[in-house]
Amino acid sequence: MTAVPVHRRRFFAPLARVAGGDKLVTAALALLALLIVAAVLAPWIAPHDPDAVDLSATLSGSTPEHLLGADQSGRDVLSRLIFGARTGLLGPLVVVIVSTVLGMLIGVTAAWHGGVVDAVLSRAMELVFSFPALLLAIILVAVFGVGLTAPVIAMSVAYAPYVGRLARSVALREKARPYIQAYRVQGWSGWVICVKHLLPNIAPLILAQSAINFGYALMDLAALSFLGFGVQPPTADWGAMINEGSSSLLQGAMLPALAPGVAIVITVVAFGIVGESIADRVARREQ
Amino acid sequence: MTEHALEVEGLRKTFGDHVAVDGVSFSLPPGGSLAIVGESGSGKTTTARMLVGLERPDAGRIRVGGRDRSHVARGRATRLARAREIQMVFQDPYLSLDPRVTVAACVEEPLRLHFSMSPAERRARRDELLARVGLGEREADALPRRLSGGQRQRVAIARALATRPKVLILDEATAALDVSIQAQILDLLAEIRRDTGVGYLFVTHNLALVRHVADDILVLYQGRVVETGPTREVLAAPEHPYTRLLLHSVPRPGWDPARIAADRRALAAALKETPPSPASADPLRHVPETNSTERSAAQ
Repeated sequence: MTAVPVHRRRFFAPLARVAGGDKLVTAALALLALLIVAAVLAPWIAPHDPDAVDLSATLSGSTPEHLLGADQSGRDVLSRLIFGARTGLLGPLVVVIVSTVLGMLIGVTAAWHGGVVDAVLSRAMELVFSFPALLLAIILVAVFGVGLTAPVIAMSVAYAPYVGRLARSVALREKARPYIQAYRVQGWSGWVICVKHLLPNIAPLILAQSAINFGYALMDLAALSFLGFGVQPPTADWGAMINEGSSSLLQGAMLPALAPGVAIVITVVAFGIVGESIADRVARREQ
Repeated sequence: MTEHALEVEGLRKTFGDHVAVDGVSFSLPPGGSLAIVGESGSGKTTTARMLVGLERPDAGRIRVGGRDRSHVARGRATRLARAREIQMVFQDPYLSLDPRVTVAACVEEPLRLHFSMSPAERRARRDELLARVGLGEREADALPRRLSGGQRQRVAIARALATRPKVLILDEATAALDVSIQAQILDLLAEIRRDTGVGYLFVTHNLALVRHVADDILVLYQGRVVETGPTREVLAAPEHPYTRLLLHSVPRPGWDPARIAADRRALAAALKETPPSPASADPLRHVPETNSTERSAAQ
C-alpha cells in the first residue's frame, strides 16, 4: 500500500472510524470536507468576484461563463455560493461551539449535583426550550442591530438546552457507573472526576448531537438571513441569496434561489448523517 | 476502641418510606475478615456504600481506627484520609474500570493523588502492585476492554490496594466471574491479607464463598442483623430461620427444595411472632437433621 506518514494516519483515524466503511457516511464526510475547503479557499477558487456585476449576464441560465448563471444584478451565482459557505459555516460553527460548551456545563453540573441544583438548571433549560429560537433571535436583533452577531448569540442560547438535556441524561447514567464511583472512593474531587473522566467518556455522544445541531443552526441562521435579520446584502449568504433570488423566480430564473437552497439542504443532511453515524458508533460500543 | 479496624454502630438508611438498613452494628479487627450475607434487597450493598461514603447514613456511626467518617467529608485532606482508610472492589469488573484509561494509568492515578512520589518511584510501586495481583507489563499497557473479567478484577484490586487501605470492601467482587477464576481471585485475596494485614469485608449472597474466606459472618435480613458470629459456628448451627433458609438454598448433593419451602414457612412463622430485630432470640429451635439423602420428586 502507499506509505502514509504516521502522523497523518493518526489525524485521519477518527474520521475513518466515523465513516466505518459506510459509503453514505463517507460521501457525507467528503462533501463536508469539500465545503470547508471551498469556504477557506473561496477567494482563489471562485471563478468571479462575488460582488462583481455583469449586467449583460443578468438572470442568464447556466452558461460557460457563469456555470450556475447570474442573479438579477448580474452577479455570478457559483461565486456567491462559494463565498456564502464562509458565513454559512462560520455562524453555525460558533453556535455549535458555544452551545456545546454551555450545554455540557449546565447538563453535567445538574447531573452531578442533583437535588436543588438539578431542579433549578432543568427548569431553566425548559424555560429556554419554551421560547421560540427565531423570536429570541429577532428580539436580540432589535437590541444589537442587524448582522450575524445577534442571531449567533440567540442561536447559541437556544441550542444550549438541547445539548444540556442530553448531557444531563448521559452524565446521570455515567455517574451511576462503578468506575466513576471508584474515583469517588479513591478520594478525587467531583470537579476532577467530571472534567478528567466523566466528560471525555460522554463527549462522543454530545458531539454527535452537536453535529446534528450544526445542520439545524445553519438552517435557522439561513432563515434569519432570508428574513433580512442576519447577514446583510450585498454580502454573499445562502439565506440572503434565496431572499434576493425569490423575486427572479417569477421571471423564470430558478438558479439564483434554487442553488443556495440545494446547498443548504445538502449541508444539513450531510451533518445529520455524520451525527447519526457517530451516535450509532457510540451505541454499538456501549453494548 | 482502636483495637478495631472498623467499627459500625446503629447504622440506618431509609430511601423514602423504605428502610434499607436498620440499626446495623458490627466491628472488624485489623486484618480480620467479615462477610455480610443476605439476599438482594437485604441492605448489604447499601451498608457497603455507606462505609465508603457513597451514601450518607441517616443515623449511626462509622469509625475506622477510632476516626469517625459518618459525616460528609469537608475538604481535601479529610477526603484523602478517608480514601486511605477504606477502599472498595466493585461487583462488575466490566463497568468498574474507566474504559479510556490503561491498566498502568489506572493504578498510578490513586498513587499520584495520595502520595508525593517521583515518577520513577510511582512506576516502581505500580509495577509492584500489578505484580502483587499477578499482572505483567503486557497487561499494564492494555486498555480494560482487552482484558478478561478475571484480569480486570485483578486490576480493580491493585487499584484499591494502591492507597494502602486498612479495610477493603469486596462487594460481590467475584460474582461476575467464572467459577475457576473466582477461586483464583479468592486465593489471591487470601494471600494479600496474609502479606499486608488488610481487613476484608465481603458483601455477598454466596455462602459457599463465605465458608472459605471469612472469619466472621453477619446475616442481614430486611435491613437488620439477624445473626452474627464466627463463620464456622454460624454455618454449622444456624440459629435464625433466615440463616437456615439461606444455607439450605445452596445447591449441593442431597439438596432438597422441599426443605427450602419448609424453611420459608418457618421464617414466615417466626416473623409473625417477632418482627426481625437485632436483639430478639429466635423462638424456633433448630431441629438437627441428618443431611437427608432423600430427594423430592421434582428432582
